[in-house]
Amino acid sequence: MNTTLAHPTAAPAPNVTTTPAFDVARIRADFPILKLTVAGKPLVYLDNAASSQMPQPVIDRLLRYQTTEHANIHRAVHYLSEAATSAYEAARVKLQRFINAREAREVIFTSGTTDGINLVMHGWGRKNIKAGDEIILTVLEHHSNIVPWQMLALEKGASLRVVPINDAGELLLDEYEALFNERTRLVCVGHVSNALGSVNPVKKMINFAHARGVPVLVDGAQAAPHLALDVQALDCDFYAFSGHKMCGPTGIGILYGRAALLEAMQPFKGGGDMIHTVTFEKTTYNIIPHKFEAGTPPIAAAIGLGAAVDYLSGIGMAAIAAHEHALLRHATEQLAALPGVRLMGTARDKAAVLSFAVQGIHPHDVGTLLNTQGVAVRTGHHCAQPLMARLGVVATSRASFAFYNTRSDVDALVAGIRSLQKVFA
Amino acid sequence: MSADPKALYQELILDHNRKPRNYGELDHPSHHAEGVNPLCGDHIHIALDLQGDTVERIAFHGESCAICKASASMMTVAVKGKSASDAKALIHEFVDMATGRIDAKDGPHIGRLAVFSGISELPMRVKCAILPWHTLQAAFNAEPSTTTEAEADPMHAPLGDA
Repeated sequence: MNTTLAHPTAAPAPNVTTTPAFDVARIRADFPILKLTVAGKPLVYLDNAASSQMPQPVIDRLLRYQTTEHANIHRAVHYLSEAATSAYEAARVKLQRFINAREAREVIFTSGTTDGINLVMHGWGRKNIKAGDEIILTVLEHHSNIVPWQMLALEKGASLRVVPINDAGELLLDEYEALFNERTRLVCVGHVSNALGSVNPVKKMINFAHARGVPVLVDGAQAAPHLALDVQALDCDFYAFSGHKMCGPTGIGILYGRAALLEAMQPFKGGGDMIHTVTFEKTTYNIIPHKFEAGTPPIAAAIGLGAAVDYLSGIGMAAIAAHEHALLRHATEQLAALPGVRLMGTARDKAAVLSFAVQGIHPHDVGTLLNTQGVAVRTGHHCAQPLMARLGVVATSRASFAFYNTRSDVDALVAGIRSLQKVFA
Repeated sequence: MSADPKALYQELILDHNRKPRNYGELDHPSHHAEGVNPLCGDHIHIALDLQGDTVERIAFHGESCAICKASASMMTVAVKGKSASDAKALIHEFVDMATGRIDAKDGPHIGRLAVFSGISELPMRVKCAILPWHTLQAAFNAEPSTTTEAEADPMHAPLGDA
């Protein structure tokens, strides 16, 4: 690799201590987009739960792949095909290590979290869910972890049972446990709520489900960028997440599945690369993970996601989580102290997501006016309309933080809210 | 916020948001419709009483952002007492202005509604401004409900908020 751009681990730390210094200025220098100005103001990017930004090492890796390594994978014997195949499969191993899966073949490249959940719905659900069966979800779920199960329930005559939350946005474990019966076949739960930031007690939920022989799918879209993952320690059966929320490209994500479950599953898409032999009488399928990767995958994006995982691991997920928690504490204190601002989602265990309402001002007006200050937040229902109904709102404003955000980003948000309150005063 | 005359949140718009005109319901309207923007959940109800060809009474209510509410308020002021054909011409002019197809000065009926001309530079907010106008058109057409996602929507385009 011939790059002149600094990787956060490339240079030796200035002083060696037991807790490595978290140098946010140096990290920000890796993200070219953070140098932009919007509406004449420095960009304050607080929409990381929707999509994160890409650091230079990942951009460089994509460029290098397209410049010197690209060909189709798993096909030809020529140099480029071997280079591409080897980089693609190396990315799979990086992802395996990132989530601590037992084997690389348990990592399936998907187009993102939605694709991963749909793969389980088609490949596992359609075979194993029958009329009268029940699937447990939670009221915190993103539409992508609701709609596929609703489609399956409709097709099979199964039904959905929904775990409620308290007013802080925490799942009610007693209610969860009470939903189980002899018809329960699957639990689908988000690790971290995209709208409120609640970190759900997935380990306890998995233990309870497994004691009753029920498998668990975890939607990790909002957890993978912020928490150290260990699918073996969690003991989940499926875990899905997206690359673009963790400094990688769009159009790529992974589904982790236990090897035995994946082997017993039907393929979801038919086509090239997922087969062993094809005749017009009968097709036999490839081994996992290839059985689930029909067609030419987004090779560059997968390799880019591998580079993103290297980048995050170079900083360290524990250091990332610590920095984001400090930001969340600061932001929570600052917003809670603002008159006319109400925070939604005050779970004890939270990721750095702040949903809020500004009294008398519609979230879309909040978003447009914050944008005039260069502050990017998400406004709307956050693809979680059942949760909005539970909260009694149609939309919220949401600031979501990444490890490259700073206390001054929080201060810009607070100043922006004060300023828009004056406009509407 | 900004000295830019095209800036959206001008005093006129803020004033109509704070004190919406013709806000409420009508007894026995001749025409009415409910408009919904499914992207944000905003909804607005418009009722009017057409006497002959004249919009004698008009009222609106609903839940929406400031842009939508001010647009609805100023719309009711603009069409009250006008003929149905003038009101329909204004609907077209306003929608064309909001979507950037014409300049405000090229709409003979636009008048003070030119304050919304800057919306065309904020594609995600155009639907906020035109929802009341679509709803008024639906009321004239005797369609009880409409959405910003309807086929007739000139801004019909997939905006990602699912």
